[in-house]
This record gives sequence, structure tokens and C-alpha cells, in this order.
Amino acid sequence: MPVRVQEAPFDLGLETAAFAAGDATMGAVVTFTGVVRDLPDTPLIAMEIEHYPGMTERALTTIAQEAITRFRLGDALVIHRYGRLTPGEMIMMVATSAPHRVDAFAAAEFLMDYLKSRAPFWKREITAKGAAWVAAKDADEAALERWVGDRK
Amino acid sequence: MDIVYFAWVRERIGLPRERVETSAATVADLVAELSAREDRYAAAFADVSALRVALDQELSDFDAPLEGVREVAFFPPMTGG
Repeated sequence: MPVRVQEAPFDLGLETAAFAAGDATMGAVVTFTGVVRDLPDTPLIAMEIEHYPGMTERALTTIAQEAITRFRLGDALVIHRYGRLTPGEMIMMVATSAPHRVDAFAAAEFLMDYLKSRAPFWKREITAKGAAWVAAKDADEAALERWVGDRK
Repeated sequence: MDIVYFAWVRERIGLPRERVETSAATVADLVAELSAREDRYAAAFADVSALRVALDQELSDFDAPLEGVREVAFFPPMTGG
């Protein structure tokens, strides 16, 4: 259950290939990649990502472990970057493996929903107009609700 | 007890970490104590519904007891992913 928090970029292809090669009894591997999105009106100069060293790794491990148990996964991978990133750069990825695709897809969504609102990361957008912290969305918090009381 | 701040809470208070001597029983008591100290704390803690707290790096609540806690962290709602 690899969980990594790092400043350096990662290679999506290599990470996915290494993850998928782990266990031949897993018929499905799902990956999700988060990318720094440019803004439609005011171009984004950079996105700065702050995190809480120590707690971040712990929170991600807890979330990944919960996903593995809940969806009977073969394995789960979470990589999340911090520091200064520019539009188009990959911020993070999750990968899940399961015997069947339904579990692998659901687990990837579960991981993302929890990661959005329960892993200690904060984003700050830098534009020509200045810098602003990205506010948490109510929709992200609401997305967690569907997993509560829905234990498989 | 170590107190750590992140994102705009850190900016408002003006430091990332400090050590305080406190006999506050709960997180809410600690917030009240800090807010009474200086305006910058009062500004950061003006609306605790806009804040989250972690005790020894586990998410917690503002009514949680502080007994035995070594590190308290205050930060805005997380925006990972």
C-alpha cells in the first residue's frame, strides 16, 4: 500500500506500470490523475500546495487502508505532491487494483472523495491579480456523505 | 504544548508553530485563551466553523479535551486532490 508525499514530479506511466505488475490475480487497475488546471479568466501563474508533514502520510495511509478493506482491493497507491506547481503539471495520482473493475472504480472515487476533504493539503493560486487560498467546496464535503452508512 | 498553523491561519497569526503553556481543558478553551491574547489570534479564530483542528495529527473537534495532547494544529478545511 504505497503512499508518497513528495515535491518532485512523478512519472505516471512508470508508476502505473509498476503498480499494475504487482499481482496477476487482479483483473482491473484504475488510475486517476489530478492536474493543475489553468483558470479561464485570469491565467494561473502557479499553484502552491502546503501540507502538514507527519499528519499527511498518516491520513493518506488510513484512507488507503480503509479503501483496501472496504472494496477488497489487491492494493492501492496514492502519490500527492506539494510545493510550487505550474498549469498542466500533475499534482497527484491514485491507483487501485481489484479482481473486478466495479471495485477498482468505486475505490478510486472513494479515495478521491476522502483525499479532497480529509488529507491535510491546502492550495494557493497565484495569478497576476495576486494570491488566494482555494476554498473548500461544499460539494466535496457532500461527496463524502454517500460513503457513510454505505459500507459494502 | 506545541501549536501549529497552516495556510491562511498561519498567515493571519504570522507564525507556523509556537510552544504555549496552557491549562485549557478543551480546544475551545485554548481558542478562547489565544483569542484574548492578541488581535491576530482573534482574527484567525473569529469563525471557528471555518477552521479544522487536529490533535497529535488526528482530526478532532473543538470540544475535545486537551489532556495528554502534545501537538494541536489549526487550519482551514483541506483542499487536496
